[in-house]
Amino acid sequence: MKRFLAISFVLAILLSTLAPTCFAIEPEKDYSHLRGTSINVYNWGEYISDGSEGTLDVNKEFTKRYGIKVNYTTFESNENMYNKLQSGGANYDIVIPSDYMIAKLMEENMLVELDFSNIPNYKYILPQYKNLFYDPQNKYTVPYTVGMVGLIYNTTMVDDEVDSWSILWNEKYKGEILMFNNPRDAFGIAQFLLGQSVNTHDTKDWDKAIELLKEQRPLVSSYVMDEVYNKMEGGEAAFAPYYAGDYLTMADVNPDLAFVYPKEGVNYFVDAMCIPKTAENKEAAELYINFMLEEDIAVANANYICYASPHELVLESDDYDLKGEPVLYPDESETPKTESFQNLSYDIQNYMSQLWSELKVEGNTNIDAYIGLSVTLVLVIVFAIFKFVQKKKREKYYD
Amino acid sequence: MGKKSTLLSRVIGAPYILWAVLFIIVPIGMVAYYAFTDATGAFTFDNMLEIGKYTDTFLLSIWLGLLATVISLVIAYPLAYIIANSGENRQKIMMMLIMLPMWMNFLLRTYSWMTILEDNGLLTTALNSIIEPLFQALGKEFEPIHLINTRGAVVLGMVYNFLPYMILPIYTVILKMDRSLIEAAQDLGCNKLQVFKNITIPLSLPGVVSGFTMVFVPSVSTFYISQKLGGTGTTLIGDIIETQFQTANNFHLGASLSFVLMILIFICLAVMNKFSDEDGEVII
Repeated sequence: MKRFLAISFVLAILLSTLAPTCFAIEPEKDYSHLRGTSINVYNWGEYISDGSEGTLDVNKEFTKRYGIKVNYTTFESNENMYNKLQSGGANYDIVIPSDYMIAKLMEENMLVELDFSNIPNYKYILPQYKNLFYDPQNKYTVPYTVGMVGLIYNTTMVDDEVDSWSILWNEKYKGEILMFNNPRDAFGIAQFLLGQSVNTHDTKDWDKAIELLKEQRPLVSSYVMDEVYNKMEGGEAAFAPYYAGDYLTMADVNPDLAFVYPKEGVNYFVDAMCIPKTAENKEAAELYINFMLEEDIAVANANYICYASPHELVLESDDYDLKGEPVLYPDESETPKTESFQNLSYDIQNYMSQLWSELKVEGNTNIDAYIGLSVTLVLVIVFAIFKFVQKKKREKYYD
Repeated sequence: MGKKSTLLSRVIGAPYILWAVLFIIVPIGMVAYYAFTDATGAFTFDNMLEIGKYTDTFLLSIWLGLLATVISLVIAYPLAYIIANSGENRQKIMMMLIMLPMWMNFLLRTYSWMTILEDNGLLTTALNSIIEPLFQALGKEFEPIHLINTRGAVVLGMVYNFLPYMILPIYTVILKMDRSLIEAAQDLGCNKLQVFKNITIPLSLPGVVSGFTMVFVPSVSTFYISQKLGGTGTTLIGDIIETQFQTANNFHLGASLSFVLMILIFICLAVMNKFSDEDGEVII
């Protein structure tokens, strides 16, 4: 047994040193020295083909090809990601945030420039997704997915025509409306409805937007992020604004769901891969980015995530299930009005966060708490007096 | 251990002291530091002044926490008493049943309550199908009940998740109770009720107090339960604190809210202890 182990061990070592030279996909570059290292990838939840339901497990495939271990963790919102990155508790080699957050990270000097000679597959990114507003010279980022926000609704619960964000303020649907649980997206909807820019730097505009959101609050059943899947699939709510790609995932489960891009305008976003300053394995990180742009991997991801892809080969591939899907790739004539989020100034961000915290407690009726606590207080006092009297009596008795 | 600490006791105690300093004292110091500074690190009271806005939220959190604790106590005490007084094998099985749900992750348990309580969920559908004929029999218009996104659902979530922490200390105390005292009381002519009132309850108070603490503190500061089960109407102070750290990126306000919450909890527990201390039997 021991001998067998020893032999297989030697074989394994031989194979692992031979493998890159024999079977490497790109023979021009040698990555064998990275074997046995690991990279930390920080991405949105449900945002990579992970091997469930017979799909390709992208991270496992990466380890198989290059011998580099992938520590994969997920975040729920850009703000979460930012706080984790900024607090410095963990080192990530790859993060995949959205446009405005990338701009913020760039501004705060938290990203490193990519060496595009290590990312030859970048050539597959369509020209309209290069040099975008958040990274004008395209030094730091490689687009991963693109998408738009829209309104998902349940056709069995809604009989009005749905084409405007204003339906989320309709009393009729009280308690059946879900709303984004992140300030930027939630404010965005109110701002589109008010005809403001989502990047306004005027605090009065934000005041108006919060007024609108406060008005809506009694109608909202809850503020959600990824819980939206369960709730919409189970018919728990009539409306939920969410990302277009996720609608396709939900509609697979519940065919009663429909989707619309409201006429006032919607948010257009790009999520892109970048490498933070704190990265410890930059070379492997660039290899990972390049790997994500391989045709088979990009197709597997695009099929799994259901967001629109900026990748030329994916759009042409016959293996791509969502080829020409109108929700993701609307015709020129049906393309909605869009605006992207840009990085806000520090003061405006603070102001927005403050308004957002206020919204969360706005209009809570707490009469039960007042009554309950006062009754408790009275009981405690009565009990204290009772004890005091008892004690006095006892003392008297002993005297 | 004697008053003079020997070298041995100091050596044995050292790791714990190091632990306490690193993970209890230092973090509390950091909370206090953040609570009284602004983004530039200068001393300020602004964070504390801003807390005034959240008075209602504090009150609501304390109220719901208190409610959950009292309900837990009402359920847990008889249960702990029955378990402690039953046969050995039965005790083992019952304790196992109480511990079993705790092997599952707290977040998962709360998440599954969300699916149970939803309008199309198991419990709501079942209850509604029972109630509907009743309404019809009375000739009233049927109004389906809602369970999710109510305060009741939040309290239910708290009680469900923290009940074992109430049962365990009470059970342990009752189990360790000196049986000869009960026999003595019976010898002196007490009936069952009198024994329970004069012996069992006072002697089990320490368990009640530590159970109270262990349920009240996490209930008051929870945010996950209220987010998942409470909807928009039940935002607790834990939610606000979580928002400061997770999305608002305002560590200073978050820290000052936590600081005030700590003080409030401390006051609540001090009041609680005051009463039990007067009887001279209780140390948490």
